[in-house]
Amino acid sequence: MTGAPGSTFPQLLAGLAGRHPNRVALREKRYGIWQPLTWAEYERRVRRFAHGLASLGFRRGEVIAILGDNRPEWVIAELAAQALGGVSVGLYPDGVVDEVHHVVEHAGVRFIVAEDQEQVDKLIALRAGGRLGTVEHVVFYDPHGLEHYELDVLLEFTAVEELGERLEQERPGWLDREIAQGAPGDTAVLCTTSGTTGKPKLAMLSHANLLSMGTSLMSLDPIERDDEFLSFLPLAWIGEQMIALACALQAGFALSFPESAATMRNDLREIGPRVMFSPPRIWESLVSSVQVRLSDAGRLKRTVFALGYAVGERVADRRLSGRRSGPFLGLAHLLADLTALRPVRNQLGLVRLRRAYTGGAPLGPDVFRFFHAIGVNLKQIYGQTEICGIAVVHRDGDVHFSTVGLPLPGTELRIADGGEIVLSSSAVFSGYYRNEEATAESLRDGWLYTGDAGYLEKDGHLVVIDRAKDVMEAEDGTLFSPAFIENKLKFSQFVQEAVVFGGGERAYVTAMVSIDMETVGTWAEREHLSYTTYTDLAQKPEVYELIGRAVARANADLPEGARVRRFVLLHKQLDADDEELTRTRKVRRRTINERYGSIIEALYSDAEAVTITSVVTYQDGTQVERKISLGIASADDVVRELPRRRQLVGVGSRD
Amino acid sequence: MSRAYRHDLNGSGLARGSLQLDIDGVGLRFGGVKALRGVGVQVRQGDVHAVIGPNGAGKTSLINCVSGLYRPQDGAIRLHDGELQHELTRARPSRIARWGVARSFQNIELFRHMTVLENLLLGRHVHMRHNVASALAYFGPARRQEIAHRELAEEVIDFLELQAERKREVGTLSYGFQKRVELGRALCMQPAVLLLDEPMAGMNAEEKEDMARYILDVNELAGVTVVLIEHDMGVVMDISHRVTVLDFGRVIADGTPSEVGADPAVIEAYLGEAA
Repeated sequence: MTGAPGSTFPQLLAGLAGRHPNRVALREKRYGIWQPLTWAEYERRVRRFAHGLASLGFRRGEVIAILGDNRPEWVIAELAAQALGGVSVGLYPDGVVDEVHHVVEHAGVRFIVAEDQEQVDKLIALRAGGRLGTVEHVVFYDPHGLEHYELDVLLEFTAVEELGERLEQERPGWLDREIAQGAPGDTAVLCTTSGTTGKPKLAMLSHANLLSMGTSLMSLDPIERDDEFLSFLPLAWIGEQMIALACALQAGFALSFPESAATMRNDLREIGPRVMFSPPRIWESLVSSVQVRLSDAGRLKRTVFALGYAVGERVADRRLSGRRSGPFLGLAHLLADLTALRPVRNQLGLVRLRRAYTGGAPLGPDVFRFFHAIGVNLKQIYGQTEICGIAVVHRDGDVHFSTVGLPLPGTELRIADGGEIVLSSSAVFSGYYRNEEATAESLRDGWLYTGDAGYLEKDGHLVVIDRAKDVMEAEDGTLFSPAFIENKLKFSQFVQEAVVFGGGERAYVTAMVSIDMETVGTWAEREHLSYTTYTDLAQKPEVYELIGRAVARANADLPEGARVRRFVLLHKQLDADDEELTRTRKVRRRTINERYGSIIEALYSDAEAVTITSVVTYQDGTQVERKISLGIASADDVVRELPRRRQLVGVGSRD
Repeated sequence: MSRAYRHDLNGSGLARGSLQLDIDGVGLRFGGVKALRGVGVQVRQGDVHAVIGPNGAGKTSLINCVSGLYRPQDGAIRLHDGELQHELTRARPSRIARWGVARSFQNIELFRHMTVLENLLLGRHVHMRHNVASALAYFGPARRQEIAHRELAEEVIDFLELQAERKREVGTLSYGFQKRVELGRALCMQPAVLLLDEPMAGMNAEEKEDMARYILDVNELAGVTVVLIEHDMGVVMDISHRVTVLDFGRVIADGTPSEVGADPAVIEAYLGEAA
């Protein structure tokens, strides 16, 4: 900790610009080159944009919405609004029109910063439908394609900065007084909750909330001023706000923004971050990419990796259970790291990584084990948007794959009646924006009722089971979490998404699986299996057998009552645009239950197939109905024998 | 600090809508075979002008005459450039390229073992002015020019969304991407007229849609005149301002897409006598 003065984001920025004017604050890859922005330049642009907003009539306490990919302008707009005592709300750039509308209307937004033509088009569609009544200014920062738009509310980012420059000359010192007026208790951001349970709510987080969370986290896991961080997850997400703003403005490290989503992997390698916080899907996709590369590699490389991985796994197991490795194992590990493990970390861009966090959803223990085996210090974080993202975290050297760790310093945790996790700390939010009812429900006497079920182990580690209302009871009385089984299934590189059903009146557990087009497609090519579309591929008996083996492997580690008996391969991928997933890619169970009722029914009958009607809407609005027959397989029939030995990643059989 | 492009990709100084490329009574024979017979086409600045027709109608021959690969026996091809007027029928291809006529080929003609960026920089060749000695030293004007060329190539990469492929060898890219790189190389010339020979041949529906989007962007956002040879009638009707129809080396129709689509001679050429 630097003990930086200032108690709001803009005050911290001013401090950093004063102390380290020439250090790099932001870096963006543009035109193939990392273009740096120093703290002084960063502050300069924030000040100009803030003046610009003020001359357009931005008021204290007002909400600005920001809609776009991670770019310097994104954080500049946020800090500029906060400098004027305003509040920012981030919107997911891949969000559809209705999601944008919900937030804009709910927060009465007058100012929107939108990245480019794609985002501006969403706003124009809303405006044409008369649904953008409150919006007075739309500020864009990527003008390509917008040259011919004639819309009175449209303004380029740089034009606002020019307006600001004029105001700054007229009123010197004015902004400093505005910034000084900011109090730590002021709301800094509205953060959309992930909304697995309906329309997203807007959690109000103050500067004090966010900064205290950053302080507590960095008191355990310090982030140095020289550390690197690649900011590639949506800034609308609390996890990104946490590191990219709350931590960066206290520790003063630089943020780097990737060139495009397609170049992210390469940008990660170039930056070589020291710290990373990502949801499980990122870690899962990194594992799949290793698995795919290995299955394409020659025999020698596969063998070397298998040997190295086995050593890495043993060392990790010993380290995590608090035992030291003997001299022989230590030497073997040194060799394994040099020949097999470090090269893999290097390929993934994780070679300089000191700490990595996963959070936002549960991560399967197999993925966890993989990263520790290759030498990545991956730790679980547990928290919610309502408590600034982090409340509980693994300590270095005390990582259990099934727990989420110990509470942060200053965080109190107890388990309420019915097993609900209840938290209290200075990072707990002050309520949902304009939603008294929901606030009263989750905030009682200063305690945050998380709605998650969990228990404490003897050593104080917290185990999170699932959302309290999702926990299921099998026929034989076993309590189980669908998310846990889903993660088991998703460890297979061929499974993109899985939804598990069971409990209550349902006699056994079943699963709906959507396959990963890329990996299954590659596998099919190698097996000389021809296919046309996603639907066609998913319904091949060979693919059922392939996924059946993944199901059997997941079942092997599960108690009898929680094993998946029957499964179906879905004809499409689950999609956030179809409201089947949230923008942070969590399954929306309610929507799935409503939409796929007939499939679920068939899973609990003797039927071997179910016919569904799928409606395809083309871009021109025409709709076509298609009847698709989906096969239903029983997990035992597909695979006649269970694989006995434990699977080494990417070695041996190719699945 | 604006993210707007700093370089204009349109190399023509003509006003939008004025006559730019005037193909006047062009005739081309290979021995006894008459590939083109008195073909006349007027292309206006800022248009997407499609040339369509059945196989063997002479479309590619016409493009080859414009870019100087073939020398027609009759007629004239004039390129208007402000006050100037260039006669293309007697000029060498390299000279025609320098006057601002860029093209892509039906079969991809890229340097397969060079990266995307290197291929794009080759498109800057006509604009490179420094001599070998100063280029070797990478000093002074040579250095400034090199940076400017790279900047322009990077804007084209951004325009065509090739960032992730920038450093990849062209030979390892999919067909759709190679076609996009070829379009990119032509754009790097900052052309006055862009000749595209079947840019969508062999593509699936999604790739075609992408390519159509890029061609429209080149035309609408960058303002470059596009002469497009294409088989896919749907695409042509959607994105062209004007359409010329060739059959057996002759112009059988010329007009807006809707005029041409309703022309009985065109329907006959495409669907046969029975129609």
